[in-house]
Amino acid sequence: MKQRACSDTSACATSQSENNEMEPQLSWYLALSAVLFTIGVTGVIIKRNIIAMFMCIELMLNSVNLTFVAFSSFFQDVTGQLFVFIVMTVAAAEAAVGLGIIIAIFRNRESLDVDEASILKL
Amino acid sequence: MENNLLSLIIFAPLAGAAINWFVGRRVRDERFIGVVACGSVAISTIVAFYLAFKSGGALRSETPVLDYIWTWLAVGALRADFALAMDRLSGTYVLFVTFVGFLIHVFAVGYMHGEAGFYRFFAFLNLFMFAMLTLVLADNFVLMFVGWEGVGLCSYLLIGYYFDRDEAASAAKKAFITNRIGDWGFVLGIMLTFFITGSVSFFANPAAGEATHTALSFFKGYAVDPFTAGAIFAGGATSIAVLLFIGAAGKSAQIPLYVWLPDAMAGPTPVSALIHAATMVTAGVYMIVRCSEIFVHAPTAMFIVAIIGAATALFAATIGLAQNDIKKVLAYSTISQLGYMFLACGVGAFVAAIFHVITHAFFKALLFLGSGSVIHGMHHEQDMRRMGGLKKYMPITFATMFTGWLAISGVPIFAGFFSKDEILWKTWSAPAFSLPSTSFSKLLWFIAAITAFLTAVYMTRMMVMTFWGKERFRDTHAVKQQEPDPHHGPVTPHESPWLMTLPLIVLAVLSTIGGFIGVPYALSSIASDKDINVLEHTLEPAVAQIPTAVHGATGSHGEPAPARTETHAPPTTQAHAPAATEVAHAAHSPEEIRAERILAVVSVLIALLGIGSGWYLFQRRPLLQMPRILENKYYVDEIYDASIIRPIEVGSREGLWKIFDVGVIDGILHLIGEAITEAGRLARWLQAGFVRAYAAIILAGALILIGLFAYLGYRF
Repeated sequence: MKQRACSDTSACATSQSENNEMEPQLSWYLALSAVLFTIGVTGVIIKRNIIAMFMCIELMLNSVNLTFVAFSSFFQDVTGQLFVFIVMTVAAAEAAVGLGIIIAIFRNRESLDVDEASILKL
Repeated sequence: MENNLLSLIIFAPLAGAAINWFVGRRVRDERFIGVVACGSVAISTIVAFYLAFKSGGALRSETPVLDYIWTWLAVGALRADFALAMDRLSGTYVLFVTFVGFLIHVFAVGYMHGEAGFYRFFAFLNLFMFAMLTLVLADNFVLMFVGWEGVGLCSYLLIGYYFDRDEAASAAKKAFITNRIGDWGFVLGIMLTFFITGSVSFFANPAAGEATHTALSFFKGYAVDPFTAGAIFAGGATSIAVLLFIGAAGKSAQIPLYVWLPDAMAGPTPVSALIHAATMVTAGVYMIVRCSEIFVHAPTAMFIVAIIGAATALFAATIGLAQNDIKKVLAYSTISQLGYMFLACGVGAFVAAIFHVITHAFFKALLFLGSGSVIHGMHHEQDMRRMGGLKKYMPITFATMFTGWLAISGVPIFAGFFSKDEILWKTWSAPAFSLPSTSFSKLLWFIAAITAFLTAVYMTRMMVMTFWGKERFRDTHAVKQQEPDPHHGPVTPHESPWLMTLPLIVLAVLSTIGGFIGVPYALSSIASDKDINVLEHTLEPAVAQIPTAVHGATGSHGEPAPARTETHAPPTTQAHAPAATEVAHAAHSPEEIRAERILAVVSVLIALLGIGSGWYLFQRRPLLQMPRILENKYYVDEIYDASIIRPIEVGSREGLWKIFDVGVIDGILHLIGEAITEAGRLARWLQAGFVRAYAAIILAGALILIGLFAYLGYRF
């Protein structure tokens, strides 16, 4: 039951807020993660620069990583940390491919504005 | 097993057709193709004669020669075998079909000499023989229908032999489509027969494990249908008979389905002789006689047959008077003679009908082949207005056609006289079984007699225009209204080669003496007291008789019932088995014999009068203008065109095509297509190519899902 309840970040945050010690709570991590994720999403949507969008994507991935690590520590379960490694590996690969694409686009278009790359034809 | 010889009759021509089609087209040697074609039919002929006349053969015993080949259909109660049966009726039929067919094949070898489609012609001609013999020898309705359709197909192929000619192609189409109307009736008749009797077989076939009763024997114990118009729609024997007659009328060119036959003359002349005179067009008569057991239980249907037959005979004869194309004259003459046969069937004289079929096959094949010889000699000129005086140039053709002329006109001792006289007598003396009253038979006789007179007149006209008088073929302006054709300029006619004249001579002999197979007792008794009506004795067991006393028939026409049980016994009911000729002779009452002799004299007078008036009218004025309405065939084609073909065409074009097809069918399809295009046009907005828009959509989707989970909460 507890696990189910904590799948919603805000619910967990309120349930744990009675504990007033200054030791970092799970909810803090989750809140930070949510903020980072939101910044990432917003960045992807509002930024036109491909590099900036790419960085925002990395930000989202890392916010998710943070969540994994927080839950892993909270539940004393190592699976979350394992997942983090996988995510980081994939993110590295993605960074390599993504940067390659970005360079190719820049070479072709002399521009990093993503809206100008809205059609496949040059 | 010797019975397997029976299948040889039908499969020999089929093999000939296959060889000519696959080998002949490569060899392209006329001698090879001709030998294969004629040889295969010759095999059929020899086997047919052997099976018919060997001891215990089809014509010499009461039981048919059966040949079960394989079980074709066995679905529930329906059992149709690919099985052949040669009884006295089909045996008689096969004899003249194969023999006349053989002669026409021989003739065709000469006639078609030099044609590019020589192999094709003979392949089709052999295929026709296969189909025709299947039709005749079939032991059940369904197989008969296969042959029936087969001859229709071959007729189509052969009429359209000159497919590059427009009129031949459309004539072929016309024949095929008109026949479809008849086939519709035939198929329904077969279905109804099966529905009522539970069988489609003609003969009980013990080898095939056949049921105890057949489609025909079922009716033996059946009460005769009442002689009312209502019986037609009652779904009994009368309904079957009428439906079968529709089929027969299509195939045998009776009113109102006769229109295809004159046009069918667009085919080569041997085709006209074989298919459209001697064999295929008489298939309707054969079918009715084969089903005579059904017809004698359906007086209303027989009445219809008689009326249509008489009307067709007279109608076609009048048109034949005014035609200028030599083959058209013969075509209308054929329709007219077929009308005679149906008249005979209608009054219950089935044997007389078959007799006329046989003699007609002889003399009409002769006349057609003779006309083919004339056309050949005239370098493909068919218009009699450009002939004349040919007897000097074509003596053999003239002499043979001369006998054909006498035969069809009904001059004594020639074949046509006996059969036509038999029909006239049977019509005159017809009992009131299938007629409203006995006086009605006199009316029918009168129509038939007028037809006989007209027949003599138009045949005389044809002979005079062709063989006597001025030689008009040198004069290109003989026919003023027509442009002189450069190809048909002045020609010198020549006699045809022996391949063509030989069949003519054989047929001329048969047209002369062929009638002696069915000399009625009334005439033969002048010479000797022995009954020599071979044909009648042969066919009597195979053909149903009109019941002498009609049980339970109440006429709607107010005819008192006792009049049905006629005072004098109808001739067809003189059931004399060959063994009991003494008894049979007693049935020929002296009054009847006297009446028959008087009528014979009358019909001779009619024939001579017809020839005489034809001679008088046309000898000096062969180009005498005939009434326009006759020349234009009573505008029947135009009427059909305006009343049936145009409305169908216009309805199809304006209604079915422009409204239904374009509007409804195409409309629905276009609607579906446009709806999909439109949906695509809307969905295209999603595919703008802006990555950030995609990201926003993904976000929106994710938020919607999360919102959904949040809203549904634990319930989920």
